[in-house]
Amino acid sequence: MSKTRIVLPIEGMTCASCAATVQEALTGAAGVSSAGVNFATNKAAIEYDDGHTNVAELIKTVRAAGYNCGKASVTFGLTDLHYAPSVAPLEQSLASVPGVIRAVANQATETATVDYVPGVVTAADLEQAVTAAGFEVAEPIAAEDPIERERIARSREIRTLTWKFVLAAVVTVVAMLGSMLLMADRPMGDNGTMKQVDLLGRLLMPVAIALRDWVSGQGWVLDLDWVKWGLALVTLPVVIWSGQQFYKGTWSGLRHRTADMNTLIGVGTGTAFLYSLVATAAPGFFLRAGLPADVYYEAVTAIIALVLLGRLLEARAKGRTSEAIRRLAALRAKAAHVVRDGHETDVAVEEVVVGDLVIVKPGEKIPVDGVVTDGASAVNESMLTGEPIPVAKKPGDEVVGGTLNTTGSITFRTTRVGKETALGQIVQLVEDAQATKAPIQKLADRVAGVFVPIVIALAIASFVAWFDFGPSPEARALVYATVAFVTVLIIACPCALGLATPTAILVGTGRAAEYGILIRSGEALERLANAKTVLLDKTGTITEGSPTVTHIVTAKKPDGTPISPADVLKWAASVEQRSEHPLAQAILKAAQDKQVSLLPVEKFAAMEGRGVRGTVDRRIIEVVSLRHARERSLELGSLGADADRLAAQARSPVIVVVNNTVYAVIAISDPIKPTSKTAIAQLTRLGMPIVMVSGDSRKGAEAVAAEVGIEDVIAEVLPSQKADLVRKLQRQGKHIVMVGDGINDAPALAQADVGIAIGTGTDIAMEASDVTLIRGDLRAVFTAIELARRTMRTIRWNLIWAFGYNVLLIPIAAGALYPITGWVLSPVLASAAMAWSSLSVVLNSLTLRRFQPRWTTLVAEGS
Amino acid sequence: MTSAQIAVTALGAVAIVWVLWYFLYSRGNAVASTPTAGGVQEVRVTVKGGYTPDTIVVRAGQPVRLQFYRDETADCSERVVFEEFGIDQQLPPFQTTTVEFTPEKPGEYPFRCGMSMLKGLLVVEPAGERRAAPSPHKFHGVAA
Repeated sequence: MSKTRIVLPIEGMTCASCAATVQEALTGAAGVSSAGVNFATNKAAIEYDDGHTNVAELIKTVRAAGYNCGKASVTFGLTDLHYAPSVAPLEQSLASVPGVIRAVANQATETATVDYVPGVVTAADLEQAVTAAGFEVAEPIAAEDPIERERIARSREIRTLTWKFVLAAVVTVVAMLGSMLLMADRPMGDNGTMKQVDLLGRLLMPVAIALRDWVSGQGWVLDLDWVKWGLALVTLPVVIWSGQQFYKGTWSGLRHRTADMNTLIGVGTGTAFLYSLVATAAPGFFLRAGLPADVYYEAVTAIIALVLLGRLLEARAKGRTSEAIRRLAALRAKAAHVVRDGHETDVAVEEVVVGDLVIVKPGEKIPVDGVVTDGASAVNESMLTGEPIPVAKKPGDEVVGGTLNTTGSITFRTTRVGKETALGQIVQLVEDAQATKAPIQKLADRVAGVFVPIVIALAIASFVAWFDFGPSPEARALVYATVAFVTVLIIACPCALGLATPTAILVGTGRAAEYGILIRSGEALERLANAKTVLLDKTGTITEGSPTVTHIVTAKKPDGTPISPADVLKWAASVEQRSEHPLAQAILKAAQDKQVSLLPVEKFAAMEGRGVRGTVDRRIIEVVSLRHARERSLELGSLGADADRLAAQARSPVIVVVNNTVYAVIAISDPIKPTSKTAIAQLTRLGMPIVMVSGDSRKGAEAVAAEVGIEDVIAEVLPSQKADLVRKLQRQGKHIVMVGDGINDAPALAQADVGIAIGTGTDIAMEASDVTLIRGDLRAVFTAIELARRTMRTIRWNLIWAFGYNVLLIPIAAGALYPITGWVLSPVLASAAMAWSSLSVVLNSLTLRRFQPRWTTLVAEGS
Repeated sequence: MTSAQIAVTALGAVAIVWVLWYFLYSRGNAVASTPTAGGVQEVRVTVKGGYTPDTIVVRAGQPVRLQFYRDETADCSERVVFEEFGIDQQLPPFQTTTVEFTPEKPGEYPFRCGMSMLKGLLVVEPAGERRAAPSPHKFHGVAA
């Protein structure tokens, strides 16, 4: 009889009023004290009295309201359940786990089946309930997590596939030897078999003759009919077991009126096998027609073996395509030292909650995101940002889960856990992107959709053509027709078409993530590769985005001694401590860095647009703009020239006036990031026009542009006008990449063909940009464009290969070369070509894993 | 031409036409949706080497909820695409994924897998005189 809280996932809510309906229904249900339904997260948080109601009832309530609760089911084995007197305690124990809807144990099968609310019940809960009831699970419960289930299913698939291949391969060797004996037995020429003239036969004939001679040299006499029966026998298990999936697939496809790879292989090998069986069982039928009763058992086994091998290699190669994301996911720490009730306890990382104080010792991984409260250390964030130099952390700094603490010990307060962490968001974002396709794939998809039925039609057509126009007599033409039919089916490769884009995107986006570049979708990747003009925002993109004092030029006292810059800074900062202007922040920061102690200020006044004034240390201190100083006709002396010079260098000069005498010029500027110049040089080398956009005055913006090597500047653009500017350029037919910060420039980023949000640090926060750069390094823009172009090139090659292969080889398989060269392709060679074709597409995509931006090699050469 | 050749040619032509028709144009048995208490037309679809059922009949103007259970790991069925409704949904294996939308106009809307190998058809019938079930969408207008 206690209050219990549960969060149920609700399915089927399409609007906020749906949420209201569910909430109303739940609140009105017996035993429920409160219920809150969140439409955005599709979750209902319910507090109820477990003496009055239970989860099953709550779910019924939700269903009655017309919605659904996520339900999952798991069945697991239990040791020695046979001998238990009753299963009731076990069922009760399982059912008492919050979130379990129903639990049924079966003594006969020694299993228990549990229906539960996904996300609420963990495998550990169930195992605990089993142990509490005095039983034991046979093996760890794993099905809670569909990802885990998928992994298990895949690895099991690969294991059986391997054995199926081994069987098929061994039988193929035997069948090959047998078939060579049969082949060599017949004289070449008009009465020879077709196998002697196909491309493989031409290669194998000398070997076959040598084999025959060796066998007769041993004095063995072989009855060739028995050889055929023997081959039929060894081929049977290959067809029934190894090739099972092709026939099952063919059948299921037929029922669903779809045709795929399996249909092609299934019909192809099926035809060859049945043909061979007839030739073995009723050779007379063929011989009477003047036809060699050839068997094609070795072709059947070889095709199955080669296609299985292709699939195996493909599965392994495809496993490697998602390696990058697995490496990212593996960065998560498993445990954390958390301070609870004043004690340090070790807990699993899933149990860390927001607000927890977490201690990280030297050499340990930072488990979740947070803000340092105590201690100091340097943290290696290279795994997330690509930045090789460890970043210093002191109280107030943010730390990110998955990064590595180096030397010091720090304590931090948790701000984000689980999927909310930067790492969680990165993994999610990359996974989502990898599931998308580039528009370039559309054509391939359209072709793939009609590909198989058309290939079957072509195979039938080539059968007819061979039968009608093939070599005489007619019976001989039948053999050629059948072989051509099978070869066309086997050689066609729709898989290469389907794999061309997804594998490349998988590898490309994964590789990008390793450079701290998050690409949102295949479409964004394609647009990035096609972009022609780069628009760079100035503040925060080319520059650091935080104004800093760069120079303090002081006047001389009447006696000729210079005024101390430290004094000037002290006075200026003391006045500015009351101001909120960005330039004031720069002066305060400089004072802080120089450890200048501030003095109290009296009679403070901000002069709108001109500066500030206040009394410090009995002096009237003013910090004003250069323009205001000139307007007031203050005597600037040589400082006037200094101020103009600084202004021309893209710095903002402010004048410090003490008791109406100009004491100093303080130059404040937003420093250019050290990497910006190289980055822009690289982008220029890509042949892309670069335009800088800035809200600053023309003079200041041009000075920055000149320093980094940009010629095209559009200055004095209000943030709100940036999107219009992008639109204007687009109307001129330009494909625009806009690089800017994700918050102020968001409309422009969204308007651009590709928006790149730069340096959002660890707060990826699902912005609207197509590309997010974790680090504020402009060189990543270059890397991203290069990688996008490389990926698109890979995709293009994959598609050319996939289309070219089919367009070229299907006619050859049909016998297009026969009238010219007399060549006929063998079905075995066809299957090898097919397996290689789809594998090569995956391997080609994998070359992207080795992608390196050219600037890294340039830096290496330069140093 | 011998009679055998004529026969084979004729049979071949018929077979080609049949293959193309069967795989590209014909349709399987249709399954009508069942409206839930909320007025949502719900259909469960099993994805394994194809969609079962592969033809789904619904009424226009009412929300449709399709629950795809993907019972395999084969790459082909990884996504389900309803082009006309702008839906391109990933289907994780061994999970039920819900796809929801409201077809406004009657007509036939094909859906397919990401590689266009598996196909299905959504048949949207005019709202007709079937009584609309009470809808919780109080503020959304039960125009149908």
